[in-house]
Amino acid sequence: MKPEALLHPTPAGLFCPIGRFHVDPVRPVERALITHGHSDHARAGHAKVLATRQTLDIMRLRYGEDFCGEEQATAFGEEIDVDGVRVSFHPAGHVLGSAQIAIEKDGLRIVVSGDYKRGIDPTCAPFQPVACDVFITEATFGLPVFHHPDPKDEIDKLLTSLKQFPERSHLVGAYALGKAQRVIRLIRDCGYHEPIYIHGALAKLCDYYVGQGIDLGEIRPATIEKSSPDAFKGAVVVGPPSAFQDRWARRFNEPLIAFASGWMMVRQRAKQGGVELPLVISDHCDWPELLSTIEEIGPSEVWVTHGREEALVRWCELKNIPARPLHLVGYEDEGD
Amino acid sequence: MKAFATLLDRLVLTPSRNGKLTLLADYFRDTPDPDRGYGLAALAGGLDLKSVKPAMLRDLVLERMDPVLFQYSYDYVGDLAETISLVWDGGAKDVIDDDHQPRLSEVVTKMNSLGRTEVRSAVRDLLDKLDTSSRFAFLKLVTGALRIGVSARLAKQALSDMSGKDVTEIETLWHGLTPPYEPLFAWLEGRAEKPVLATPAIFHSVMLANPVETGDLEKLDPADYAAEWKWDGIRVQMSSYGGTKKLYSRSGDDITGAFPDVVGSINFEGVIDGELLVGGTARSNNPTRTFSDLQQRLNRKTVTGKMLDEYPAFVRAYDLLFESDRDIRAESFLERRKRLADIIHDAPHDRFDLSELVPFTTWDELDRIRIAPPDPVIEGVMIKRKDSPYQAGRLKGPWFKWKRDPYNIDAVMLYAQRGHGKRSSYYSDFTFGVWAETPDGEELVPVGKAYFGFTDAELEVLDKFVRDNTVDRFGPVRAVRAEPDFGFVLEVAFEGINRSTRHKSGVAMRFPRIARLRQDKLPRDADRLATLTAMVEAREG
Repeated sequence: MKPEALLHPTPAGLFCPIGRFHVDPVRPVERALITHGHSDHARAGHAKVLATRQTLDIMRLRYGEDFCGEEQATAFGEEIDVDGVRVSFHPAGHVLGSAQIAIEKDGLRIVVSGDYKRGIDPTCAPFQPVACDVFITEATFGLPVFHHPDPKDEIDKLLTSLKQFPERSHLVGAYALGKAQRVIRLIRDCGYHEPIYIHGALAKLCDYYVGQGIDLGEIRPATIEKSSPDAFKGAVVVGPPSAFQDRWARRFNEPLIAFASGWMMVRQRAKQGGVELPLVISDHCDWPELLSTIEEIGPSEVWVTHGREEALVRWCELKNIPARPLHLVGYEDEGD
Repeated sequence: MKAFATLLDRLVLTPSRNGKLTLLADYFRDTPDPDRGYGLAALAGGLDLKSVKPAMLRDLVLERMDPVLFQYSYDYVGDLAETISLVWDGGAKDVIDDDHQPRLSEVVTKMNSLGRTEVRSAVRDLLDKLDTSSRFAFLKLVTGALRIGVSARLAKQALSDMSGKDVTEIETLWHGLTPPYEPLFAWLEGRAEKPVLATPAIFHSVMLANPVETGDLEKLDPADYAAEWKWDGIRVQMSSYGGTKKLYSRSGDDITGAFPDVVGSINFEGVIDGELLVGGTARSNNPTRTFSDLQQRLNRKTVTGKMLDEYPAFVRAYDLLFESDRDIRAESFLERRKRLADIIHDAPHDRFDLSELVPFTTWDELDRIRIAPPDPVIEGVMIKRKDSPYQAGRLKGPWFKWKRDPYNIDAVMLYAQRGHGKRSSYYSDFTFGVWAETPDGEELVPVGKAYFGFTDAELEVLDKFVRDNTVDRFGPVRAVRAEPDFGFVLEVAFEGINRSTRHKSGVAMRFPRIARLRQDKLPRDADRLATLTAMVEAREG
């Protein structure tokens, strides 16, 4: 069987005609397999959804009780038969509950990585390589310029800045699912134990992470009603980056804008966004991690999705690994 | 190198002056000699470092990297130095640790000791040893493109902040010192005496005036002050001692070579502060010519005989800093002026004259004189405290400049951009335009940009207008509604206006700011480009 017969791109997303399911579809479908809870991968309105327990919980938190018609939870490594296709979920190391999905039929195995990373992250299970014939990799940071530094060094920059500018509120931009909780956990691991203030948009997900056993220390809402602006002097405030351009940010004292993202590797990106303190912390692979993952798994073919596909395809060509871009649309980088 | 690289990374993204000062002062305090001295020189524009051509850097990176992958990377990043710093040899994950990175001083010494054939391998070697952000700093230094928004003045202010020494004292010493400035730091940290100048024939930082603002003069007694005309030329400093004769611009650039007519006529020893102008001196009875005539002589390394004939230059003397090799900056303005008058009296009459004092008894009288000066090349008046010593920098109080009234136009807001720091949630940078005749009929064309002049309350109004009337977005910039019957009219004040080939409108304003919000006006009532062109023509006489 040709791999395309088992799985191929369609306008709705990757589709398996034999098992009659989509993976991370961008529009409502009959049956969806979801890799993780970021809104570009996990959308509401599917009839049936198969995902990890945590991903289903996160979808419910974000979209409400009726986020889908019927849900089915699976554990890592469990094998499920979907209309004659063998399906299993494996940790992707991206955010809480994130999974790669292995799809197998007649000895042919395709692994859809979803979004993944190889760096250490105490807020989710680490990536596990799964042997396969076709590896479908993301390429969010698929350019040789991306080398994510040790996230603790980045957090040290934040803590140094708090000492240098003790009167300024440090506003740390971090996306609501995954990045925010990871950043808070990292700040704690680097020895900062003051209360951390969060934007309202993060509250539900932070509570969920804490409920899953991830200690985030003392978290307080960054609401002005309860306290004077002075309360935020020298404080760490975590919120979605979009909020910092909004009137919301005016409650803070001389805010110093930080942003935790892999994109902060490039100075011009930081400058355009008005970021004073870029923190290069990513939930995706950097370039060397993408390359080493492909070499480690050793698939006979690589398909590249969302991101800078052409550079990774070029690298595969140079290494004589058959590769092609999938040109899937609809995936922005909510997670980074 | 690591400390300097970290400093650069922060400075590039820190818009506020106070934020930059904190970062700089911390760097100077925490970094050892001689590294901090070279860092200071790099920031203040005084670092002498062997340069490397971008083509060589590109060659070096392509020795190890696929050209297609490099091109993808360069296209994405857009800056050669940054691209190379990021892609170099697959990154710096397990190279030399922070404590054993090459020091800035080692890098400078090493680069400057290289012969031509050694540069390539030395650069490759350094790129291998440095981490990503140090590589970026190194590449910016050797390609000579350190654009990080720090002026020499700001760096000196940071030295003052870290040591508690007065910035004017640092300015006074500055041009007699060279990198890595160890005696300077020793004095700043109280470990040594103040450094002493070897010769006066160097550039000395100039004393600057503050503009007169509302209420400034009321508190002052006119009898304590002298006034003189403010001429529209360029401020210069002549220094002559022991046969060395130099002409410096106000920022310390050596422009001796472009003005042999002036420098060749120097027959005195000392340091004189004055205005460089074109035309005739007062003593020669020929008129002083306009700034655009002077521009013919500026920004040239050499000058032709024809230029010298057509645009003869001279210096109108304002002040005397050194009399021969004696520093008289601590004496009073009137005392220094008396000595200056003696020197100028004996100097060639066609090249030097003394700036005349403008007699007045009340501020109102001076105001009337200022508004109607006797010569079109006069920009206003200077007001100097008679007993003021000559102090480098822009101190508030001893010297004022009082220009003719600024220009004013009514313009229409076209684009707005968010500000920085505490203004980061406000649209506070405004591009404004006026009406012009175009092939498509009457249109608003952009003529300038202003980001201050308004109060906090006015900023709220402006910001709300932008948010409510955005018609398009380009990255951080928003286009706002601007139609004949709907839009926001801004009264813009500015200090001067020139022709410009760089701006589409053909004019460039000096120092534009928002004087008033004209919500009482409609965009159709705003000014026309022809008004601005006429201002340029009036100025050119």
